Amino acid sequence: MYSASDLRKGLKVQIDGEPYIITEFEFSKPGKGQALYRTKMRNMITGNQFTQTYRSNDKFEKPDLEERTMQYLYSQGDEFHFMDTSSYEQIFITREQLGDNINFLVDNMEVQVLFFGDKPIDISLPIFVNLTVTRADPWVKGDTSGTDTKPVTVETGYQLQVPPFVEEGDKIQIDTRTGDYITRVKE
Amino acid sequence: MLSPAGLKQRSDFIQSLRLFFRQRDYIEVDTPIRLPVLIPESEILPCASGNWWLQTSPELCMKRLLAGGATRIFQICHCFRRQEQGRLHAPEFTMLEWYHVGWDYLDLMRECEQLVVELALACSSLAGITDGGNILRDNREVQLTPPWQRLSVDEAFASYTDTTASAALAEDRFDEILVTEIEPHLGWDRPLFLCDYPAQLGSLARPKPDAPHLAERFELYCCGIELANGFSELVDADQQRLRFSEEIAVMRKHGRAAAMPETFLRDLARLNDTAGIALGVDRLFMLFSGAFCLDDVLTFSTDELF
Repeated sequence: MYSASDLRKGLKVQIDGEPYIITEFEFSKPGKGQALYRTKMRNMITGNQFTQTYRSNDKFEKPDLEERTMQYLYSQGDEFHFMDTSSYEQIFITREQLGDNINFLVDNMEVQVLFFGDKPIDISLPIFVNLTVTRADPWVKGDTSGTDTKPVTVETGYQLQVPPFVEEGDKIQIDTRTGDYITRVKE
Repeated sequence: MLSPAGLKQRSDFIQSLRLFFRQRDYIEVDTPIRLPVLIPESEILPCASGNWWLQTSPELCMKRLLAGGATRIFQICHCFRRQEQGRLHAPEFTMLEWYHVGWDYLDLMRECEQLVVELALACSSLAGITDGGNILRDNREVQLTPPWQRLSVDEAFASYTDTTASAALAEDRFDEILVTEIEPHLGWDRPLFLCDYPAQLGSLARPKPDAPHLAERFELYCCGIELANGFSELVDADQQRLRFSEEIAVMRKHGRAAAMPETFLRDLARLNDTAGIALGVDRLFMLFSGAFCLDDVLTFSTDELF
Protein backbone atom coordinates (compact mmCIF):
# COMPACT_ATOMS: atom_id res chain seq x y z
CA MET A 1 0.00 0.00 0.00
CA TYR A 2 1.00 3.58 -0.59
CA SER A 3 -0.12 6.37 1.71
CA ALA A 4 -0.82 9.89 0.48
CA SER A 5 2.61 11.08 1.57
CA ASP A 6 4.18 8.64 -0.93
CA LEU A 7 2.42 10.30 -3.88
CA ARG A 8 4.66 12.03 -6.42
CA LYS A 9 4.83 12.66 -10.13
CA GLY A 10 5.34 9.42 -12.06
CA LEU A 11 4.09 7.11 -9.27
CA LYS A 12 1.68 4.38 -10.40
CA VAL A 13 -1.25 3.53 -8.14
CA GLN A 14 -4.36 1.38 -8.37
CA ILE A 15 -7.78 2.99 -7.97
CA ASP A 16 -11.07 1.09 -8.38
CA GLY A 17 -9.14 -1.86 -9.80
CA GLU A 18 -7.38 0.10 -12.56
CA PRO A 19 -3.80 1.34 -12.87
CA TYR A 20 -3.18 5.11 -12.87
CA ILE A 21 -0.02 7.16 -13.31
CA ILE A 22 0.34 10.53 -11.56
CA THR A 23 1.13 13.13 -14.23
CA GLU A 24 1.03 16.24 -12.03
CA PHE A 25 1.49 16.54 -8.29
CA GLU A 26 1.53 19.33 -5.72
CA PHE A 27 1.74 19.20 -1.94
CA SER A 28 -0.30 21.95 -0.25
CA LYS A 29 -0.90 22.70 3.38
CA PRO A 30 -2.14 25.78 5.18
CA GLY A 31 0.39 26.28 8.01
CA LYS A 32 -2.11 25.26 10.68
CA GLY A 33 -4.32 23.15 8.42
CA GLN A 34 -4.58 19.78 6.74
CA ALA A 35 -1.98 18.36 4.38
CA LEU A 36 -3.48 18.14 0.89
CA TYR A 37 -2.05 16.10 -1.96
CA ARG A 38 -3.27 17.55 -5.26
CA THR A 39 -2.84 15.22 -8.20
CA LYS A 40 -3.63 14.80 -11.85
CA MET A 41 -3.88 11.13 -12.84
CA ARG A 42 -4.05 9.25 -16.12
CA ASN A 43 -5.72 5.87 -16.43
CA MET A 44 -3.03 3.65 -17.96
CA ILE A 45 -5.59 1.55 -19.85
CA THR A 46 -8.16 4.06 -21.12
CA GLY A 47 -5.97 7.19 -21.11
CA ASN A 48 -8.71 9.12 -19.28
CA GLN A 49 -7.41 11.89 -17.02
CA PHE A 50 -8.80 13.37 -13.83
CA THR A 51 -7.72 15.63 -11.00
CA GLN A 52 -8.21 14.78 -7.36
CA THR A 53 -7.13 16.10 -3.97
CA TYR A 54 -6.19 13.49 -1.37
CA ARG A 55 -5.72 13.69 2.42
CA SER A 56 -3.08 12.22 4.73
CA ASN A 57 -5.23 9.22 5.65
CA ASP A 58 -5.91 8.13 2.05
CA LYS A 59 -4.31 4.84 1.03
CA PHE A 60 -3.59 3.38 -2.41
CA GLU A 61 -2.92 -0.11 -3.62
CA LYS A 62 0.15 -0.78 -5.72
CA PRO A 63 -0.91 -1.89 -9.19
CA ASP A 64 0.41 -5.27 -10.31
CA LEU A 65 2.54 -3.97 -13.20
CA GLU A 66 5.34 -5.90 -14.84
CA GLU A 67 7.50 -5.25 -17.91
CA ARG A 68 8.49 -8.21 -20.08
CA THR A 69 10.84 -8.33 -23.07
CA MET A 70 8.92 -9.59 -26.11
CA GLN A 71 9.48 -9.97 -29.82
CA TYR A 72 7.07 -8.57 -32.38
CA LEU A 73 5.96 -11.37 -34.72
CA TYR A 74 3.26 -10.21 -37.15
CA SER A 75 -0.03 -8.37 -37.42
CA GLN A 76 -3.41 -9.76 -38.40
CA GLY A 77 -6.07 -7.16 -38.95
CA ASP A 78 -5.98 -4.91 -35.89
CA GLU A 79 -4.17 -7.48 -33.72
CA PHE A 80 -0.42 -7.22 -33.26
CA HIS A 81 1.17 -10.43 -32.02
CA PHE A 82 4.17 -10.62 -29.69
CA MET A 83 6.15 -13.50 -28.18
CA ASP A 84 7.86 -13.68 -24.78
CA THR A 85 11.48 -14.40 -25.66
CA SER A 86 12.05 -16.61 -22.60
CA SER A 87 8.73 -18.48 -22.19
CA TYR A 88 7.67 -18.38 -25.89
CA GLU A 89 4.19 -17.40 -24.71
CA GLN A 90 2.32 -15.38 -27.34
CA ILE A 91 -0.06 -12.46 -26.83
CA PHE A 92 -1.60 -9.76 -28.98
CA ILE A 93 -2.14 -6.03 -28.50
CA THR A 94 -4.70 -4.02 -30.47
CA ARG A 95 -3.87 -1.25 -32.93
CA GLU A 96 -5.75 1.21 -30.74
CA GLN A 97 -3.64 0.36 -27.68
CA LEU A 98 -0.41 0.69 -29.66
CA GLY A 99 -1.23 4.14 -31.06
CA ASP A 100 1.69 5.77 -32.88
CA ASN A 101 4.01 2.92 -31.87
CA ILE A 102 2.90 0.95 -34.95
CA ASN A 103 4.83 3.43 -37.12
CA PHE A 104 8.07 1.89 -35.87
CA LEU A 105 7.24 -1.81 -35.39
CA VAL A 106 9.00 -4.25 -37.74
CA ASP A 107 9.05 -8.05 -37.63
CA ASN A 108 11.33 -9.57 -34.96
CA MET A 109 11.83 -6.25 -33.15
CA GLU A 110 12.34 -6.60 -29.38
CA VAL A 111 10.15 -4.32 -27.25
CA GLN A 112 9.19 -4.01 -23.58
CA VAL A 113 5.55 -4.93 -23.00
CA LEU A 114 3.86 -3.59 -19.86
CA PHE A 115 1.41 -5.98 -18.20
CA PHE A 116 -1.29 -5.10 -15.68
CA GLY A 117 -1.89 -8.48 -14.06
CA ASP A 118 -1.95 -10.79 -17.10
CA LYS A 119 -3.24 -8.06 -19.41
CA PRO A 120 -0.80 -6.30 -21.78
CA ILE A 121 -1.57 -2.54 -21.72
CA ASP A 122 1.36 -0.75 -23.34
CA ILE A 123 4.71 -1.19 -25.04
CA SER A 124 7.94 0.78 -24.98
CA LEU A 125 10.04 0.78 -28.12
CA PRO A 126 13.80 1.11 -28.37
CA ILE A 127 14.61 4.84 -28.57
CA PHE A 128 16.28 4.38 -31.98
CA VAL A 129 15.07 2.04 -34.73
CA ASN A 130 16.51 1.37 -38.21
CA LEU A 131 13.91 1.21 -40.99
CA THR A 132 14.22 0.70 -44.76
CA VAL A 133 13.05 3.42 -47.12
CA THR A 134 10.49 1.90 -49.46
CA ARG A 135 9.63 4.96 -51.45
CA ALA A 136 11.61 8.11 -52.18
CA ASP A 137 11.08 10.48 -55.05
CA PRO A 138 14.27 11.87 -56.58
CA TRP A 139 15.04 15.33 -55.24
CA VAL A 140 14.82 17.98 -57.94
CA LYS A 141 17.77 20.30 -57.71
CA GLY A 142 16.74 23.90 -57.74
CA ASP A 143 13.38 23.04 -56.21
CA THR A 144 11.73 26.42 -55.77
CA SER A 145 10.09 25.43 -52.50
CA GLY A 146 13.40 26.32 -50.83
CA THR A 147 13.38 23.36 -48.44
CA ASP A 148 16.37 21.08 -47.99
CA THR A 149 14.37 17.99 -47.06
CA LYS A 150 12.07 15.65 -48.95
CA PRO A 151 9.36 13.21 -47.87
CA VAL A 152 9.98 9.45 -47.88
CA THR A 153 7.98 6.39 -46.83
CA VAL A 154 9.54 3.60 -44.74
CA GLU A 155 8.63 -0.10 -44.59
CA THR A 156 5.97 0.39 -41.91
CA GLY A 157 4.15 2.93 -44.09
CA TYR A 158 5.28 5.83 -41.89
CA GLN A 159 6.17 9.03 -43.75
CA LEU A 160 8.81 11.53 -42.64
CA GLN A 161 11.10 14.28 -43.91
CA VAL A 162 14.72 13.38 -44.68
CA PRO A 163 17.75 15.03 -46.35
CA PRO A 164 17.79 14.94 -50.19
CA PHE A 165 20.56 12.31 -50.43
CA VAL A 166 18.42 9.51 -48.93
CA GLU A 167 17.30 7.05 -51.60
CA GLU A 168 14.93 4.14 -51.96
CA GLY A 169 16.41 1.00 -50.34
CA ASP A 170 18.51 2.99 -47.80
CA LYS A 171 18.25 2.17 -44.11
CA ILE A 172 17.69 5.20 -41.87
CA GLN A 173 17.72 5.64 -38.10
CA ILE A 174 14.62 7.23 -36.52
CA ASP A 175 14.07 8.53 -32.98
CA THR A 176 10.86 6.82 -31.81
CA ARG A 177 10.17 9.54 -29.21
CA THR A 178 9.90 12.30 -31.82
CA GLY A 179 9.48 10.33 -35.05
CA ASP A 180 12.35 12.33 -36.59
CA TYR A 181 15.13 11.25 -38.94
CA ILE A 182 18.51 10.90 -37.23
CA THR A 183 20.97 9.51 -39.79
CA ARG A 184 21.47 7.19 -42.75
CA VAL A 185 22.74 3.76 -41.68
CA LYS A 186 25.58 2.15 -43.66
CA GLU A 187 25.34 -1.62 -43.94
CA MET B 1 23.16 24.33 -2.50
CA LEU B 2 23.36 28.11 -2.65
CA SER B 3 26.18 29.77 -4.57
CA PRO B 4 28.44 32.23 -2.71
CA ALA B 5 26.34 35.03 -4.23
CA GLY B 6 23.12 33.36 -3.04
CA LEU B 7 24.57 32.85 0.43
CA LYS B 8 25.42 36.55 0.60
CA GLN B 9 21.89 37.54 -0.47
CA ARG B 10 20.31 35.25 2.09
CA SER B 11 22.61 36.50 4.82
CA ASP B 12 21.91 40.16 3.96
CA PHE B 13 18.17 39.44 3.97
CA ILE B 14 18.31 37.86 7.44
CA GLN B 15 20.50 40.68 8.78
CA SER B 16 17.87 43.17 7.55
CA LEU B 17 15.20 41.24 9.46
CA ARG B 18 17.32 41.42 12.61
CA LEU B 19 17.96 45.12 12.18
CA PHE B 20 14.23 45.85 11.88
CA PHE B 21 13.45 44.23 15.23
CA ARG B 22 16.52 45.51 17.05
CA GLN B 23 15.61 49.06 16.01
CA ARG B 24 12.20 48.52 17.61
CA ASP B 25 13.62 47.38 20.94
CA TYR B 26 12.87 43.69 20.48
CA ILE B 27 15.28 41.29 22.17
CA GLU B 28 16.54 38.42 20.03
CA VAL B 29 16.21 35.11 21.88
CA ASP B 30 17.33 31.57 21.17
CA THR B 31 15.24 28.91 22.85
CA PRO B 32 15.97 25.14 22.80
CA ILE B 33 14.89 23.40 19.61
CA ARG B 34 14.78 19.93 21.22
CA LEU B 35 11.90 19.59 23.68
CA PRO B 36 10.30 16.91 25.88
CA VAL B 37 6.79 18.13 25.10
CA LEU B 38 5.27 20.14 22.24
CA ILE B 39 2.11 22.12 21.75
CA PRO B 40 -0.51 19.54 20.74
CA GLU B 41 -1.45 20.25 17.11
CA SER B 42 -3.27 17.49 15.28
CA GLU B 43 -2.39 18.73 11.77
CA ILE B 44 1.36 19.06 12.37
CA LEU B 45 3.64 16.02 12.53
CA PRO B 46 6.78 16.49 14.64
CA CYS B 47 10.13 14.72 14.19
CA ALA B 48 11.31 12.60 17.11
CA SER B 49 14.76 13.18 18.53
CA GLY B 50 15.56 10.35 20.92
CA ASN B 51 12.49 10.25 23.14
CA TRP B 52 12.11 14.03 22.84
CA TRP B 53 10.97 16.12 19.87
CA LEU B 54 12.37 18.71 17.49
CA GLN B 55 10.30 21.89 17.70
CA THR B 56 7.58 22.49 15.11
CA SER B 57 7.62 26.16 16.17
CA PRO B 58 9.31 28.11 18.99
CA GLU B 59 5.95 29.25 20.38
CA LEU B 60 5.95 27.30 23.61
CA CYS B 61 9.30 28.49 24.95
CA MET B 62 8.85 32.06 23.70
CA LYS B 63 5.54 32.47 25.51
CA ARG B 64 7.13 31.18 28.69
CA LEU B 65 9.75 33.94 28.35
CA LEU B 66 6.92 36.49 28.05
CA ALA B 67 5.27 35.04 31.17
CA GLY B 68 8.64 35.52 32.85
CA GLY B 69 8.51 39.25 32.14
CA ALA B 70 9.97 39.78 28.64
CA THR B 71 7.82 42.21 26.64
CA ARG B 72 9.17 42.23 23.08
CA ILE B 73 11.07 39.23 21.74
CA PHE B 74 11.91 37.76 18.36
CA GLN B 75 13.63 34.64 17.15
CA ILE B 76 14.92 33.33 13.82
CA CYS B 77 15.21 29.57 14.09
CA HIS B 78 14.85 26.26 12.31
CA CYS B 79 11.61 24.31 12.73
CA PHE B 80 10.87 20.73 11.75
CA ARG B 81 7.67 19.24 10.39
CA ARG B 82 7.57 15.69 9.15
CA GLN B 83 6.27 14.88 5.64
CA GLU B 84 6.03 18.51 4.54
CA GLN B 85 7.82 18.64 1.21
CA GLY B 86 6.71 20.56 -1.84
CA ARG B 87 7.14 23.71 -3.87
CA LEU B 88 6.37 25.83 -0.79
CA HIS B 89 7.28 23.36 1.96
CA ALA B 90 10.45 21.88 3.39
CA PRO B 91 10.60 19.50 6.38
CA GLU B 92 13.26 21.75 7.93
CA PHE B 93 12.67 25.46 7.42
CA THR B 94 13.48 28.84 8.92
CA MET B 95 10.87 30.63 10.99
CA LEU B 96 10.79 34.21 12.21
CA GLU B 97 8.58 34.50 15.26
CA TRP B 98 7.92 37.62 17.30
CA TYR B 99 5.76 38.65 20.25
CA HIS B 100 4.70 42.04 21.60
CA VAL B 101 3.06 42.22 25.02
CA GLY B 102 0.16 44.69 25.21
CA TRP B 103 -0.68 44.40 21.49
CA ASP B 104 -3.47 42.68 19.60
CA TYR B 105 -3.60 41.21 16.10
CA LEU B 106 -4.48 44.57 14.49
CA ASP B 107 -1.25 46.11 15.85
CA LEU B 108 0.70 43.16 14.45
CA MET B 109 -0.80 43.59 10.97
CA ARG B 110 0.50 47.18 10.92
CA GLU B 111 3.95 46.02 11.98
CA CYS B 112 3.90 43.34 9.26
CA GLU B 113 3.29 46.06 6.69
CA GLN B 114 6.23 48.08 7.99
CA LEU B 115 8.50 45.04 8.11
CA VAL B 116 7.91 43.98 4.51
CA VAL B 117 8.15 47.55 3.18
CA GLU B 118 11.44 48.24 4.97
CA LEU B 119 12.85 44.86 4.04
CA ALA B 120 12.02 45.35 0.36
CA LEU B 121 13.79 48.72 0.35
CA ALA B 122 16.83 47.17 2.04
CA CYS B 123 16.87 44.27 -0.47
CA SER B 124 15.98 46.17 -3.65
CA SER B 125 18.86 44.56 -5.55
CA LEU B 126 17.12 41.15 -5.41
CA ALA B 127 15.48 39.88 -8.61
CA GLY B 128 11.93 39.84 -7.19
CA ILE B 129 12.02 43.49 -6.02
CA THR B 130 11.51 46.50 -8.30
CA ASP B 131 13.61 49.66 -8.08
CA GLY B 132 10.68 51.28 -6.30
CA GLY B 133 10.69 48.59 -3.62
CA ASN B 134 7.65 46.62 -4.78
CA ILE B 135 7.39 42.87 -5.36
CA LEU B 136 7.56 41.59 -8.93
CA ARG B 137 6.12 38.14 -9.67
CA ASP B 138 4.74 36.54 -12.84
CA ASN B 139 5.17 39.91 -14.59
CA ARG B 140 2.86 41.56 -12.04
CA GLU B 141 3.95 44.33 -9.69
CA VAL B 142 2.58 43.98 -6.17
CA GLN B 143 2.39 47.42 -4.52
CA LEU B 144 3.67 47.33 -0.95
CA THR B 145 2.46 50.78 0.14
CA PRO B 146 0.21 50.34 3.22
CA PRO B 147 -2.52 49.91 4.15
CA TRP B 148 -3.04 46.39 2.83
CA GLN B 149 -6.49 44.86 2.54
CA ARG B 150 -8.01 43.08 5.54
CA LEU B 151 -10.34 40.40 4.21
CA SER B 152 -12.33 38.27 6.64
CA VAL B 153 -12.55 34.52 6.07
CA ASP B 154 -16.33 34.86 5.68
CA GLU B 155 -15.88 37.56 3.01
CA ALA B 156 -13.28 35.45 1.20
CA PHE B 157 -15.65 32.48 0.98
CA ALA B 158 -18.41 34.78 -0.27
CA SER B 159 -16.15 36.33 -2.93
CA TYR B 160 -14.38 33.28 -4.30
CA THR B 161 -16.54 30.21 -3.58
CA ASP B 162 -20.13 29.08 -3.81
CA THR B 163 -20.19 27.93 -0.20
CA THR B 164 -19.65 29.45 3.25
CA ALA B 165 -16.84 28.98 5.75
CA SER B 166 -19.15 27.27 8.24
CA ALA B 167 -20.59 24.89 5.62
CA ALA B 168 -17.07 24.05 4.43
CA LEU B 169 -16.02 23.35 8.03
CA ALA B 170 -19.05 21.11 8.60
CA GLU B 171 -18.11 19.08 5.50
CA ASP B 172 -14.44 18.96 6.52
CA ARG B 173 -13.53 20.78 3.30
CA PHE B 174 -12.38 24.13 4.72
CA ASP B 175 -8.67 23.71 4.02
CA GLU B 176 -9.25 22.14 0.60
CA ILE B 177 -11.46 25.01 -0.56
CA LEU B 178 -9.15 27.60 0.99
CA VAL B 179 -6.12 26.17 -0.82
CA THR B 180 -7.71 25.49 -4.21
CA GLU B 181 -10.32 28.25 -4.61
CA ILE B 182 -9.30 31.17 -2.38
CA GLU B 183 -5.54 31.32 -1.82
CA PRO B 184 -4.54 31.64 -5.50
CA HIS B 185 -6.38 35.01 -5.69
CA LEU B 186 -4.96 36.59 -2.54
CA GLY B 187 -2.39 39.36 -2.42
CA TRP B 188 -1.74 40.34 -6.04
CA ASP B 189 -2.56 44.07 -5.97
CA ARG B 190 -1.08 44.48 -2.54
CA PRO B 191 -0.33 41.85 0.10
CA LEU B 192 -3.47 40.90 2.02
CA PHE B 193 -4.46 39.85 5.53
CA LEU B 194 -7.01 37.06 5.67
CA CYS B 195 -8.48 37.42 9.16
CA ASP B 196 -11.12 36.39 11.67
CA TYR B 197 -10.94 32.61 11.33
CA PRO B 198 -13.58 30.31 12.79
CA ALA B 199 -12.70 29.90 16.49
CA GLN B 200 -11.97 26.16 16.17
CA LEU B 201 -9.18 26.98 13.67
CA GLY B 202 -7.35 29.17 16.15
CA SER B 203 -6.45 26.84 19.00
CA LEU B 204 -4.01 29.35 20.50
CA ALA B 205 -5.87 32.53 19.52
CA ARG B 206 -8.19 34.73 21.55
CA PRO B 207 -11.88 34.79 20.56
CA LYS B 208 -13.17 38.14 19.26
CA PRO B 209 -14.94 39.83 22.19
CA ASP B 210 -17.93 40.90 20.05
CA ALA B 211 -18.06 37.65 18.03
CA PRO B 212 -16.71 34.74 20.09
CA HIS B 213 -17.30 32.24 17.27
CA LEU B 214 -14.37 33.93 15.50
CA ALA B 215 -10.71 33.97 16.51
CA GLU B 216 -8.48 37.07 16.38
CA ARG B 217 -6.22 35.30 13.93
CA PHE B 218 -4.81 36.40 10.56
CA GLU B 219 -2.69 35.03 7.77
CA LEU B 220 -0.57 37.25 5.54
CA TYR B 221 -0.75 36.43 1.82
CA CYS B 222 1.30 37.75 -1.07
CA CYS B 223 0.99 36.46 -4.66
CA GLY B 224 -1.26 33.62 -3.48
CA ILE B 225 1.37 32.45 -1.02
CA GLU B 226 0.82 32.19 2.73
CA LEU B 227 3.65 34.05 4.45
CA ALA B 228 2.74 34.47 8.11
CA ASN B 229 0.22 33.48 10.76
CA GLY B 230 -0.50 35.77 13.69
CA PHE B 231 -2.99 36.23 16.46
CA SER B 232 -4.00 37.90 19.65
CA GLU B 233 -2.78 35.19 22.00
CA LEU B 234 -5.18 33.22 24.12
CA VAL B 235 -3.94 33.95 27.66
CA ASP B 236 -6.70 32.14 29.52
CA ALA B 237 -4.92 29.01 30.78
CA ASP B 238 -8.13 27.10 31.58
CA GLN B 239 -9.55 27.77 28.14
CA GLN B 240 -6.21 26.78 26.59
CA ARG B 241 -6.17 23.50 28.54
CA LEU B 242 -9.64 22.70 27.25
CA ARG B 243 -8.60 23.28 23.62
CA PHE B 244 -5.41 21.25 24.05
CA SER B 245 -7.50 18.35 25.45
CA GLU B 246 -9.56 18.38 22.27
CA GLU B 247 -6.42 18.33 20.10
CA ILE B 248 -4.88 15.55 22.20
CA ALA B 249 -8.04 13.46 21.82
CA VAL B 250 -7.85 13.77 18.02
CA MET B 251 -4.14 12.91 18.03
CA ARG B 252 -4.63 9.83 20.21
CA LYS B 253 -7.46 8.70 17.98
CA HIS B 254 -4.91 8.66 15.14
CA GLY B 255 -2.48 6.68 17.26
CA ARG B 256 -0.16 9.61 17.91
CA ALA B 257 1.65 10.37 21.14
CA ALA B 258 0.47 13.54 22.83
CA ALA B 259 0.91 15.06 26.25
CA MET B 260 -0.43 18.15 28.00
CA PRO B 261 2.26 20.85 28.16
CA GLU B 262 1.78 21.45 31.89
CA THR B 263 4.70 23.81 32.50
CA PHE B 264 3.55 25.96 29.60
CA LEU B 265 -0.01 26.15 30.98
CA ARG B 266 1.30 27.01 34.44
CA ASP B 267 3.30 29.92 32.97
CA LEU B 268 0.50 30.99 30.61
CA ALA B 269 -1.60 31.91 33.64
CA ARG B 270 0.88 34.75 34.26
CA LEU B 271 0.82 36.10 30.69
CA ASN B 272 -0.82 39.45 29.93
CA ASP B 273 -2.51 40.34 26.64
CA THR B 274 -0.03 39.68 23.87
CA ALA B 275 0.09 39.36 20.11
CA GLY B 276 2.41 36.96 18.32
CA ILE B 277 3.21 35.94 14.77
CA ALA B 278 5.26 33.40 12.84
CA LEU B 279 6.61 34.22 9.38
CA GLY B 280 8.18 31.79 6.91
CA VAL B 281 11.60 33.32 6.25
CA ASP B 282 12.37 31.04 3.29
CA ARG B 283 9.06 31.90 1.60
CA LEU B 284 9.53 35.65 1.93
CA PHE B 285 13.11 35.34 0.69
CA MET B 286 11.82 33.21 -2.20
CA LEU B 287 9.39 35.99 -3.19
CA PHE B 288 12.07 38.66 -2.84
CA SER B 289 14.48 36.57 -4.95
CA GLY B 290 11.93 35.96 -7.68
CA ALA B 291 12.49 32.21 -7.16
CA PHE B 292 9.90 29.63 -8.24
CA CYS B 293 10.22 27.25 -5.31
CA LEU B 294 11.57 27.04 -1.78
CA ASP B 295 14.32 24.61 -2.81
CA ASP B 296 15.89 27.38 -4.92
CA VAL B 297 16.52 29.59 -1.88
CA LEU B 298 17.37 27.07 0.86
CA THR B 299 21.05 26.76 1.75
CA PHE B 300 20.59 23.05 1.04
CA SER B 301 17.40 21.53 -0.36
CA THR B 302 16.34 18.13 1.01
CA ASP B 303 17.47 16.38 -2.20
CA GLU B 304 20.93 17.88 -1.89
CA LEU B 305 21.50 16.18 1.46
CA PHE B 306 21.75 12.68 -0.03
